[in-house]
Amino acid sequence: MIPVCRIEDLPEGESLRVEAGDATAAIAVFHTDGAFYAIDDTCSHQDASLSEGWLEGCYVECPLHAALFDLRSGEPTCLPARKPVRTHAVTVVDGMLYVHPAVRTVPGEPVHAAPEEAVA
Amino acid sequence: MTTFTTVTVVGASLAGLHAARGLRSLGYDGRLVVVGEERHRPYDRPPLSKEFLTGDGDPGEGPGGLALTDPEEEAELDAEWLLGVRAEALDTAAGEIRLTGGRALRTDGVVIATGATPRTLPLPRLDGVHTLRTLDDATRLRAALRAGAARVVVIGAGFIGAEVASSCAALGLDVTVVEAAPLPLVPQLGEEMARVCAGLHARGGATLLCGTGVEGLRGSGRVTGVELTDGRVLPADVVVVGVGVRPVTGWLEGSGLALDDGVRCDAGCVTALPNVVAVGDVARLAQPGTVRTVRAEHWTSGMLQGAVAARNLLAGSTVEPFEALPYFWSDQYGARIQYAGRRAPGDSVRIVEGDPADGGGFLAVYERGGISTAALGIDRPRPFMRLRRELARAPQPAGR
Repeated sequence: MIPVCRIEDLPEGESLRVEAGDATAAIAVFHTDGAFYAIDDTCSHQDASLSEGWLEGCYVECPLHAALFDLRSGEPTCLPARKPVRTHAVTVVDGMLYVHPAVRTVPGEPVHAAPEEAVA
Repeated sequence: MTTFTTVTVVGASLAGLHAARGLRSLGYDGRLVVVGEERHRPYDRPPLSKEFLTGDGDPGEGPGGLALTDPEEEAELDAEWLLGVRAEALDTAAGEIRLTGGRALRTDGVVIATGATPRTLPLPRLDGVHTLRTLDDATRLRAALRAGAARVVVIGAGFIGAEVASSCAALGLDVTVVEAAPLPLVPQLGEEMARVCAGLHARGGATLLCGTGVEGLRGSGRVTGVELTDGRVLPADVVVVGVGVRPVTGWLEGSGLALDDGVRCDAGCVTALPNVVAVGDVARLAQPGTVRTVRAEHWTSGMLQGAVAARNLLAGSTVEPFEALPYFWSDQYGARIQYAGRRAPGDSVRIVEGDPADGGGFLAVYERGGISTAALGIDRPRPFMRLRRELARAPQPAGR
């Protein structure tokens, strides 16, 4: 998991871009409608940073082409985007915000949890 | 509602595809034919002058990641695709479109989406001279830029020319941009902001030469240089001509439709014939409340006109005008330029955020009589979007 910031540093209506390292693409973190959300930062349509997008409820509008993404599912709600962006889990521990990058998957290949992680 | 047996979309483009989508989403369940001169299914053109030229790896044969449809959507669209086929003529009396090879396609509804083609200069045909419009153009240029070219001359400093020059600079090539006007982009941005954008070339390591035309080309078989009207000769391994486009209307000569640098339509994309609509770069729309007409070459207009035209075609007349605020963007030398609105010559410019002088991005508003008419942002996507929304809602000065 990646530490993002203190929750007071990401007020309602704001967003942040998080470099997640070489293994994962950049992630956009949002505080809107009283909750935190994290999705891939790059619009699935063309090269644009969703962390710079317009927030409206649980949706963010791509700053380049006005494609709208649901922050809860990553699904685009209208054209021009057709493909969803990945969503990532967000947790708050002791006032600190963390994102848990989703595992990068190759389409068609199931992801197996490591045995030790499978034990609750 | 008009009932059609067959609707043919001529032009497998962004605008054409959106018209086809619009027809289906409005319940049209008749035969739908899409005719495309290119052999590819609809794809996104804006990246062709940018990431496509600079990207790593093999772009492959087809549109790949630029495709605007996927198999699932194509199945839903349930269209017949006639690709690699040109529409040669429209016979409205017979209800036919004549295709390459003389084949006739019977149709009772037509969406004209034939787009535009690059303007050319009266120059000799030499290898190494390119224009950029289609995926195949971009594939050829991409290969040429990677085949040992060191010096590139771009003729024309409009948005395409500037983006190509920027991509060449990013590839480490020596780039000179030649512009006939004293300053590029003045009609689009006004002098003050055009000057700022012209400054991006130098910032990105390219040379911009303004106020000189092109006299001719050097080389036999393959281009070796560009002769300018001021007598200079610029050595060149690759030349890209980006001097604008002209709408593709040749096939409509004799159709009876009014052609005037585009296909004349009313404000809802409908031509003089209620069963023929036009969308995208080829469509010249009436502007309600004025005697002016407007033909936009913007990606967003092409996309949005498709749905409007589909609705009006099915309705049998214009029930919904196309009113979207003009919007375009351009990526050059690491800077993202975004413009929205309807500026006119003489509008004043006010900087509302940042400073154009320091190169760190800024936001500007065009104004007339205290009313905002347009917005321009460089590297200010979020506040720009706020202004764009405000402009879309706000009343505009009369006649815009």
